[in-house]
Amino acid sequence: MTAYDVQPGDRVHPGDPVIVDRYTTAARINHWITATSLVLLALSGLALFAPSLFFLTALFTGGQTTRFIHPWIGVVLFFSFAGLFLRFWKANLWKAEDGTWLARLRDLLAGHEERLPDVGKYNAGQKIVFWAMSILIVVLIVSGLVSWDEYFSQYTTLEQKRIAILVHDIAAIAIICVWIVHVYAAIWFRGSLPAMVRGRVTGGWAWKHHRKWLRELVAGKH
Amino acid sequence: MANFEFVLPPPPTKDVTPLYGEQDLVRRSASSVPPPARKLTEVAKLIDVSKCIGCKACQSACLEWNNERIPVGENVGVYDNPPDLTPNMFTVMRFTEWVNPETQNLEWLIRKDGCMHCEDPGCLKACPAPGAIVQYSNGIVDFDHDKCIGCGYCVKGCPFNIPRISQVDHKAYKCTLCSDRVAVGQGPACAKACPTHAIVFGTKEEMKQHAEGRITDLKSRGFANAGLYDPPGVKGTHVMYVLQHADQPALYSGLPKDPRMSPLVQLWKGPGKVAGLAAIAVFAAVGFVHHLVTGANRVSPEDEENAKRLAEGQSS
Repeated sequence: MTAYDVQPGDRVHPGDPVIVDRYTTAARINHWITATSLVLLALSGLALFAPSLFFLTALFTGGQTTRFIHPWIGVVLFFSFAGLFLRFWKANLWKAEDGTWLARLRDLLAGHEERLPDVGKYNAGQKIVFWAMSILIVVLIVSGLVSWDEYFSQYTTLEQKRIAILVHDIAAIAIICVWIVHVYAAIWFRGSLPAMVRGRVTGGWAWKHHRKWLRELVAGKH
Repeated sequence: MANFEFVLPPPPTKDVTPLYGEQDLVRRSASSVPPPARKLTEVAKLIDVSKCIGCKACQSACLEWNNERIPVGENVGVYDNPPDLTPNMFTVMRFTEWVNPETQNLEWLIRKDGCMHCEDPGCLKACPAPGAIVQYSNGIVDFDHDKCIGCGYCVKGCPFNIPRISQVDHKAYKCTLCSDRVAVGQGPACAKACPTHAIVFGTKEEMKQHAEGRITDLKSRGFANAGLYDPPGVKGTHVMYVLQHADQPALYSGLPKDPRMSPLVQLWKGPGKVAGLAAIAVFAAVGFVHHLVTGANRVSPEDEENAKRLAEGQSS
């Protein structure tokens, strides 16, 4: 029996310390293409969003190039994230313990992680980040296509385009905030970064943050 | 005759110093300008729709002066040619055949469409590129193509749907009110070319006075609702129309009755921008402070020990 959150490639290697494989090479490449796209989109998007940040267009060799390249990076992000979605959606399904976990978020932030229930491969916070990203990316690609005058100008009215740009901006701000949460969590929970860099974490990390997942992995070894 | 008092002066034959320039900007897109030391007299173009004969001399003059060319047109069933504004054609005569229900007269309403040079320009407000759209204190709204990035935000900001983005150089184009001609004491090329003086140019005050006379005349001829189109929703325009039916501007190929900058654009460019950047800053700041207060969430040796016991206990 495989638990919903045990994914292909997840494996425990007993030893000192215990090593747990968390992400396959393909998943990591997929993640970093998405990450790079998101950062580039945020930089080019913010440059066009706020006059005070227009100087960021210099990173893309100028305003014209920024305007041209932003939607194309968006296309890359959309398909790249679609890959991540297909990989991770099942492990991000909401489970009973997630509600409890979320209700005790204050304890987690105050440094009392032991008061939270054991969780699977992803905790409720990670699941919220995952689903928020998924929904926002769909909103962004749709509103982005409506505002992509180069190819799609004739399909919508001016008023629809105005709405699309406003929606696009709100969604973009939201996803940047979600991204900040995501990056902060990766920094705060020490030992998380190796999961996405080398593909593995220590047993202690899995024990502390994803004990249910670790137990499932160990149990599934026989 | 009152109609001919705004005959434009002959073009200068010697070098002349421009009457205004950078120092006279009152607004500059995505940036600010120091308040100008002087205030130029506001100018305006007045288009008297009742005197227009639809000859399109204004369109030709516009193409000539701006050194633009458009492809040979195709008949699309109406006289409009080209059928819409293009990145090269900054003004288009829009023809409407309307049967006046009161008189049963067929009225041919011909409106010269183009940039209205709003006192409160939505294009400039929406533009993200510093200096790509500027407004002079005489009211002229002009595009600086070297700075334009072709994003098309000006199109969304415009309440009159005027700017067009070139597919050749990816920059926005519209009527400049011949700012280069006005700067050397001339009037717009279209006004110069108009054979019936339906298009006249002068100070905004002069144009309003001139319009008054025209409106009185039209009213005396049975156009009870004749009036001036100088919409207050955009704080007035520097291109104004005399309309026979000023109570129904929509008759004139959908001229908006109460144009104003879209509230969506105002929200986007006003509170939206501030709130958006603030939200990002707050998220980043909360993370930073949280880390300062609680420190890193580290895995302890006991956690590693527990994991080891679990892994070995189950695998042995």
